Amino acid sequence: MKKLLTVSLLGVAIAAGTAQARDYDHVRFGVDVPYEPMEFRTPDGELTGFDIDLGNALCEEMGITCEWIEQEWDGIIPGLLSRNYDAIMSSMTINDERRQTVLFSDPYITMPSAWFGPADLGIDEANQETLDGLTIGVQRGTLQDSFVTDMYGDVASVSRYSTADDMVLDLQAQRLDIVFLDYPIGQSTLLESERGDFVVVGETITEPAEYFGEGFGIAFRPRDEALAERFNEALATLKEDGTYDEIFQRYFGEE
Amino acid sequence: MTDLTWLNELLADNRIFTPQTIAYYWDGLVTTTQLVFLSLVVGLVLAVPLAIGRSSKHRWISLPIYVYTYVFRGTPLLIQLYIIYYGVVFFDGIQQTFLWPILREAFYPALIAFTLNTAAYTTEIFRGAIKATSRGEIEAARAYGMSQSLMMRRIVLPSAFRRALPAYGNEVIFMLHASAIASVVTLMDITGAARFVYARFYAPFEAFLFAAAIYLCLTFAILYFFRYLEKKLLAHLKPQSGN
Repeated sequence: MKKLLTVSLLGVAIAAGTAQARDYDHVRFGVDVPYEPMEFRTPDGELTGFDIDLGNALCEEMGITCEWIEQEWDGIIPGLLSRNYDAIMSSMTINDERRQTVLFSDPYITMPSAWFGPADLGIDEANQETLDGLTIGVQRGTLQDSFVTDMYGDVASVSRYSTADDMVLDLQAQRLDIVFLDYPIGQSTLLESERGDFVVVGETITEPAEYFGEGFGIAFRPRDEALAERFNEALATLKEDGTYDEIFQRYFGEE
Repeated sequence: MTDLTWLNELLADNRIFTPQTIAYYWDGLVTTTQLVFLSLVVGLVLAVPLAIGRSSKHRWISLPIYVYTYVFRGTPLLIQLYIIYYGVVFFDGIQQTFLWPILREAFYPALIAFTLNTAAYTTEIFRGAIKATSRGEIEAARAYGMSQSLMMRRIVLPSAFRRALPAYGNEVIFMLHASAIASVVTLMDITGAARFVYARFYAPFEAFLFAAAIYLCLTFAILYFFRYLEKKLLAHLKPQSGN
């Protein structure tokens, strides 16, 4: 049904869009709120988050104005195609299924994963040698599970948990030596908790795409190739001049 | 190393049952078998004296055993497993005691929970069988001047074991099926392997059907074994045939 709706809306959009693709000087973003820390409202009602700040910075870089329009997730692609807004910037993971209906920008963020261990673990980088013989905790069926199983399954023993809470409990109990988690989850449950002295081991990890996905992208109507190209250029500029890093730091702490 | 080309050829046309996932299932089978077998053996050894104590006339012996069997039969095995696995770490300093090397692994807490659980059920099965010993046999033993322990050893227990056999066979099968919860404490038993394959390949049907088939084979083996035992030990209850 949803697919049928999407297809029919696409048809409407194509029929309505007889005018030439235009140059935008004002872009309306569709966004599904809340999804902390990507998009959420502060206690006094102001819309904020990584997507919002980065989107605004991109518009500023391109010298255009932009506004944000809230839209529930399940109608977010139909809303784009029926021209309620011009782009979607709402933590949307790039995948082939969506590529058939919308046009994606370059990925602007990949949710990083990271190794977390007790402060006295005594290794500063996770690799085949340092993990040898250790017990690694992962959440069952996650991309972290696949990655650890394939990369380190033969040197370390892998314990799989249904929930991240059980895993954190066993890390505290010293049943696990090290865990591999979504960075933001590890940050809130381990680094910022009072439950013990935990640290990030090594760099955060976003590669290879085979395991960690292609990341989040901005979605456009397929005909707006020129607009997507302008966003890609602006994104590249922000990554170069440090603005991107500054926004990243604001929401995800140290990279 | 044996030649595995036949296996590779057999598995060539599917993406789920690779030699690697088959190995997961095999390890799962080994873990399940170890867990169930060890807990049943230890549980049985514990259950015999407990059942005798439970049938004792002295309340200070029978009451504590009754409380034990009541608690372990009255709560879900999953809860018992959680308490023993996650509960122990809330005792401060448990990591420094001699118990930690045992409690650290997921295997031993699971083994302890399963053993205590099956011992409780087996105790009640045996107690029922001991209680059902016919009065005539006991009176005859007394008339022969047998002491309480000799009577227990020669008269009551041998016939109680025979009576308990069919019920105990069921308990063994229940234990095998109950062991499927071991994967919640990270043990890679048969169900753990199935859950891993399911999550990895998004293939619930194949993953769990294969696991179910392994459990069926194990159940069949257990059934066959108990049927053999019953045939042998309960032969005297069968109607005598012509030859």
